[in-house]
Amino acid sequence: MPGVQASALGASRADVRVEQDDLVIALGGAWSLEQPQPSFDEVVARADAARGQIRSIAFDSRELEAWDSSLLIFLTRCQDYCAANQLELKTAGLPEQVPRILALARAVPERVQPTAAARPSLVTRMGTAMLGVWSDLRAAITFTGAVAIAVAGVPTRRVHMRWRDFWVVVQTNSSGALPIVTLIALLVGVIIAFLGVVVLQRFGAGYYVSYLVGFGMLREMGALMTGIIIAGRTGAAFAAELGSMKITEEIDAFTTLGISPVEHLVLPRLLGLFVMMPLLTIYADFVGIAGGMLVSAVLLDLSFKQFTSGLLSAVTLSDALLGLFKGTIFGVIVGVAGCMKGLQGGSDAGAVGRAATAAVVLGITLIIMANAVVDWLAALLNI
Amino acid sequence: MTPPTDTPVIEVRGLTMQYGERVVMQDISFSIARGEVFVLMGGSGSGKSTLLKHLIGLKAPAKGSILFEGEPFDIADEAQRTRVLRRMGVLYQSGALWSGLTLAENVALPLEEFTALDARTIAETVSFKLALVGLRGFEEFYPSEISGGMRKRAALARAIALDPDVLFFDEPSAGLDPISASRLDDLILELKASFGTTIVVVTHDLDSIFRIADRAVFLDIEQQTMTALGPPAELRDNPPSAEVHRFLTRSSEGVP
Repeated sequence: MPGVQASALGASRADVRVEQDDLVIALGGAWSLEQPQPSFDEVVARADAARGQIRSIAFDSRELEAWDSSLLIFLTRCQDYCAANQLELKTAGLPEQVPRILALARAVPERVQPTAAARPSLVTRMGTAMLGVWSDLRAAITFTGAVAIAVAGVPTRRVHMRWRDFWVVVQTNSSGALPIVTLIALLVGVIIAFLGVVVLQRFGAGYYVSYLVGFGMLREMGALMTGIIIAGRTGAAFAAELGSMKITEEIDAFTTLGISPVEHLVLPRLLGLFVMMPLLTIYADFVGIAGGMLVSAVLLDLSFKQFTSGLLSAVTLSDALLGLFKGTIFGVIVGVAGCMKGLQGGSDAGAVGRAATAAVVLGITLIIMANAVVDWLAALLNI
Repeated sequence: MTPPTDTPVIEVRGLTMQYGERVVMQDISFSIARGEVFVLMGGSGSGKSTLLKHLIGLKAPAKGSILFEGEPFDIADEAQRTRVLRRMGVLYQSGALWSGLTLAENVALPLEEFTALDARTIAETVSFKLALVGLRGFEEFYPSEISGGMRKRAALARAIALDPDVLFFDEPSAGLDPISASRLDDLILELKASFGTTIVVVTHDLDSIFRIADRAVFLDIEQQTMTALGPPAELRDNPPSAEVHRFLTRSSEGVP
């Protein structure tokens, strides 16, 4: 009977009447989960009214046309009501399959869940959160230490490093990264030049825009923008790659072979960024300065020669080297953050996404912080 | 170098396993003798795989200790651990083949890392190991290009690449059709017979338990500890608890 089109049939009914010491529920019409069902409250009301007079609940299903789980749910409520009020449930009047299904649903007793602990107090939650921060920090320091030990081991002993991973990183961070680095660096150069033209022209010092662009790109923006791009591109890729290797137990497979995942997987990635980031930074510096030159040529009619002579008279090699140094540091930060978040990830599908997000957030945060620290030190050292 | 044969290969003493604060199993003690097939059995979620992770050093005991040939393994230093790990092979539930490498490269990697063999010998060894598991000619395939059963066998080829003394299997029959599962059982028995390898298997596949196991330990999820230890057939005929009986006879009743 289940599966019959309910719409063609009468609406579901449950009429309650008292017969001797039975409370008889006459089931009728088509019971379907898609249709409204009779309220169980009425049964309760009638049963409560007849309390003392009735000893059992019985059913009359002669007018029942079709049924599905909705009837079964109604019946389990009857069962619960009977159990709570010491009444007998007579299943004789039900369709023949129904008692069997009801018995199956009740075959295994409900597992008693331990009651959930009360919501901890604000102090407890703050304490737990702080402990979480502390353990995250410890994990980060431990990981960085493990990486440092692996790096220190490179000159002295045979390191189990996968060179192919190194070349893959080199490839994705050279030709693969050039379009986006070109676009961003060019626009940043343009923006700095616009800023310079607007501000400097008020003082009649528009000529010095080349100084501003060169100084800004070489010392700050070249390395910073490249670092942020690579954190979003490569850092996230590292985290996702290692995170999914963790889920498929590939990382465990290295560990149980006695091969350190840090040496085998982290080192080549880190080394790849260590090599490529300075090169990308130099490239971004040149593109950014070219962008600045474009703006000054259009807005100020500065010639190529004027621009470069202004640039070279003011900017020194140490400015470029400082930017290069920053770029290298940022590369290491992105590599460590990406690999760490990947290896620390959980083992569900969402973990890969969370690891990638965390790697980018951590990478960019640390890059900005490191940039500030390096600038401060450079100011102290008069570089 | 080889210790006397009566020293158990692996000994677990009073082990308690925890995830954070949650105790999974406690008070587990058993030893695994050289050359036997030892099965860790129990229902889903009873902590069989967690116990395996303890045995291969991926998780540290909350209490108790694990000894490898009489030496503590869980607290060993890095060099000692690496030495022990080199003598173990692990077949993970999903195979855990390195997805970026071909089958040949997967099997070759441990050989390249730990032996001084020349490239040609390594290539021959790889082909031999792949042939042992019935994957001759699949050297250049990537793990994603072959079936689940083949992936498991390829992972077995990698696990036996260094001729380990102890081989661990995590749910070898999971996700395999009956024929592939039974082929894997044949391989396990073959490895035991021909190489004398000690084999530790996590499984709840009854056919496989009765076919391959010399001895088995039963982890009871309700009691949170081991409730049976011995040859499976004996445990089936004289079950020490109703749960063991239910498990080994695949029934829902208690002891008759």
